[in-house]
Amino acid sequence: MSAYCELFNLTKVYPSPKGPAVIVKDFNLRLAEGEFVTLIGHSGCGKSTVLSMVAGLNGITDGGIILAGRELAGPGPDRGVVFQSPSLLPWLTAFENVMLGINQVFFTAQPHEREQIAEYYLSVVGLADAMHKRPAELSQGMRQRVGIARAFALKPKMLLLDEPFGMLDSLTRYELQAVLLELWRKNRITTLMVTHDVDEALYLSDRVVCMTDGPEAEVGDIIEVKFPRPRDRKAVMEHPDYYPLRERLIEFLEIHAHRRRPPTA
Amino acid sequence: MSNSTLPTILTAQPAETGKPAAGTPAAAPLPPPAGRTTRDWSRLVKLDWLLLPAVGLAAVVVMWFILSATLSKDLPNPTRTWESSKPYVVEPFSYRGELDQGILRFTWLSLVLVAKGYVIALALGTPLGFLLGLSKMMTKMLDPIIQILRPVSPLAWLPLGMVLFLGAGKQASELAALFTIAICAMWPTVLNTAVGVRAIPQDYLNVAKVLKLSRWKTLTKVMIPATLPYMFTGFRLSLGIAWLVIVAAEMLTGRPGIGGFLWQQYNALVYEQIILCILTIGIVGFILDRLMSVVERRFKTA
Ligand SMILES: Nc1ncnc2c1ncn2[C@@H]1O[C@H](COP(=O)(O)OP(=O)(O)OP(=O)(O)O)[C@@H](O)[C@H]1O
Ligand SMILES: [Mg+2]
Repeated sequence: MSAYCELFNLTKVYPSPKGPAVIVKDFNLRLAEGEFVTLIGHSGCGKSTVLSMVAGLNGITDGGIILAGRELAGPGPDRGVVFQSPSLLPWLTAFENVMLGINQVFFTAQPHEREQIAEYYLSVVGLADAMHKRPAELSQGMRQRVGIARAFALKPKMLLLDEPFGMLDSLTRYELQAVLLELWRKNRITTLMVTHDVDEALYLSDRVVCMTDGPEAEVGDIIEVKFPRPRDRKAVMEHPDYYPLRERLIEFLEIHAHRRRPPTA
Repeated sequence: MSNSTLPTILTAQPAETGKPAAGTPAAAPLPPPAGRTTRDWSRLVKLDWLLLPAVGLAAVVVMWFILSATLSKDLPNPTRTWESSKPYVVEPFSYRGELDQGILRFTWLSLVLVAKGYVIALALGTPLGFLLGLSKMMTKMLDPIIQILRPVSPLAWLPLGMVLFLGAGKQASELAALFTIAICAMWPTVLNTAVGVRAIPQDYLNVAKVLKLSRWKTLTKVMIPATLPYMFTGFRLSLGIAWLVIVAAEMLTGRPGIGGFLWQQYNALVYEQIILCILTIGIVGFILDRLMSVVERRFKTA
């Protein structure tokens, strides 16, 4: 497999009063171009740490990340980021929030072309009528739609999602998963997504990467998810492989829950 | 004592006091009296807004009368104060001489001076606050100095201002006054801005980082809008101080204005207008604070 994005020996050490705390150690992962990979693991194992290192928002202690043939250093708009909280700027409308990035990335384009891009992506996520509202006037789910539109609108090389639907009720979550999947299918952006939700991981991704528990978390198990695309939630859940895969994931999480080492190890 | 035998009537009484027609308290259905009590209550509360301040005011005026008749014979009583202040209030814009003008004319002169000093305070204080909020080194370097300079009274700054602008000739007193207003009024802006900058959510800064916004754009598109509510709290407090300082500044420089007038009348042994000036200063200060908090609230909700 030719790797489009490669995380090699990625390591994160935080200084702590009791000496250096090794949160993630020798994390190795290769993503093919256009692949959708989810990262799953117990709370606190270091999923967000890995993702924010890829985003460039968190310093890398050791190892490195290569994206499209170049080693990453620091953050940049070539990686679209969506966090659990939508982190929209509250004094800008949804449209202006998206435009902030577009103006930055497509600075050579004509103003009306840039506006078209923002309008297009906001309409695709279902905000055609609400794009000139401020975040405070939008529901949690709508804000997250803006976040998704903002990430896709910049045509990034890679999409980084950290539990983007974690704060939503399940109905909204289902809707947004479908929105995300549709956008991803059209744009085929290489995606790394963190989630707690086993069903979400199986519905969306090509591979599920299970992280071992921290400290010194690394890649534990990788599960291939080969449901045909475009996917339909009902068809996926009725697929004969669905429950075996689900069992395998849950089993992995449960076993590693019992194997949790004390922090002194 | 006979009431103690009928506790149910006792509890029902507050609702019944306004309606003598209700003759059978025990049989009366409960909900209507309850509705009436809340209505009476709300009418009372509305009256409170007018009635209680009026009572307070009356009490103060009475105290004033008593005081001027007993302990302090030199203190003009309210009627005398009013009679001798009348020309200044009735013709608020008249001009009879540099230090004999209508009260609003004086107020206007003071407001202009305060506005100038206040603008200087904001122009210096806001960037300084940003600097302190952004850099830990700057905070460590400047915080002790700020903490020491902040409590210094305008009366102490003014002579320094006079010395500073000694070479400015006729302008010296105005410049010294502006210096004093600015240096006394800027601290709330400095400190609130610094707090606001430190309180910018990491999420917002991450947006700027991910988009690789330039330093200038990060400042104008993210940091300043995120800090605005704090800045305006500082601006409001600064304006209060600037107005507080005006009197001291005008007194010592002898400039025409509400404070200069106050001081001049004291020196001329005309005590009636001192109280007029105090009231005017208080009312103007109150109005300024209200206006600023309206602006401030608008930024809080944005
Ligand atoms: N700035 C920091 N300094 C020190 N330790 C940190 C810091 N940030 C995170 N950690 C530690 O790193 C570990 C991994 O955190 P991380 O947020 O990556 O976990 P996670 O897998 O995303 O958890 P969750 O599923 O709850 O989001 C945690 O034990 C946390 O306490
Ligand atoms: Mg996390």
